[in-house]
Amino acid sequence: MATPAGYPVLIVLLCAACTQMERALPFLIYGRRPVPSVVRYLGEILPMAVMATLVMYCLREVTFGSAAGYAPQLIAVAVTAGLHLWRRNTLLSIFGGTACYMALVQGWPGG
Amino acid sequence: MHKSALYALQRTLPIMAGFFPLGIAWGILMAEAGYGWLWTGLTSVTVFAGSLQFLMLTFFAGGVPVVTMIVMALLLNSRHITYGLSFIESFRRYGPWKYFLIYSLSDENYSLLCAFRPQPGTDERTVNVLSSALVVLYWVAFTSLGAALGRLITLDTTGLDFALTALFVVILLDQMRGAPTLLPAGIAAFSAILCLLIFGPAGFILPSLVITVAALLVLRPRLARATAEAGE
Repeated sequence: MATPAGYPVLIVLLCAACTQMERALPFLIYGRRPVPSVVRYLGEILPMAVMATLVMYCLREVTFGSAAGYAPQLIAVAVTAGLHLWRRNTLLSIFGGTACYMALVQGWPGG
Repeated sequence: MHKSALYALQRTLPIMAGFFPLGIAWGILMAEAGYGWLWTGLTSVTVFAGSLQFLMLTFFAGGVPVVTMIVMALLLNSRHITYGLSFIESFRRYGPWKYFLIYSLSDENYSLLCAFRPQPGTDERTVNVLSSALVVLYWVAFTSLGAALGRLITLDTTGLDFALTALFVVILLDQMRGAPTLLPAGIAAFSAILCLLIFGPAGFILPSLVITVAALLVLRPRLARATAEAGE
């Protein structure tokens, strides 16, 4: 692998700046004016929508041409969700689902 | 001071247990992407946001436009805007440590701050600053350790990147449980599928997020009412 140079540094700084700006926002604008109600609304309503989008983002390479293109992902998502609805244990769900996916892609016929 | 430190250690132990496997997993993925332990640790200190750091692995892989990265980072962590609202008054008592608490205001530290109950012989400010510092330390240490181990591991780790998908599925399910309305998730999924069909996997995320935010703003009167009714 190439030595990390400019591009990864840019990514880290951008992500850090975005995170820190959001954590500091309520403290920065307080005192001058109240937090706009639309910001407060988005802060409450967005997380679920963004998380649903990110699940789709993770599954964006799924194709339906052959079973190897969709079955491992969809089965592993079902296992993750099933485990989580059953036990409500975050780590168990993540590691159970990931182990299932690893077994499927590493052992998939022709995969 | 002694009692405060012990109390801070004790209340952060469950977070340490949770960070251990997740931090190691992220570190191994960073090592696979070609980054050493120092780089990994520095990224953890600078960004200090777990789910975003997992998402950044897809940024490091290349091909994601800068604007898309910014929008995704801002939206993924948009919940953090509401965290600070609860502490605008109380953080004033922390002097310069206020800035450290704001920097480290992750999901875990937010829940610790909310859950603080005074204990005999402990100082609230010391406990909260130390707790936050320990949580940062755990995350940085475990992710660096993962990256160092990742260089040594010869196991076939194909498919380990599914941890990101699983993490988001789990967070989504937690958010959906007890939510006043599931409409935001429905709108987002519909918009994502629509944009995947139109733009394909490489360029769907930005239009999909824009459509979702626009739809949530249009539906604000209805959704804000649903949220308010559930809160009563």
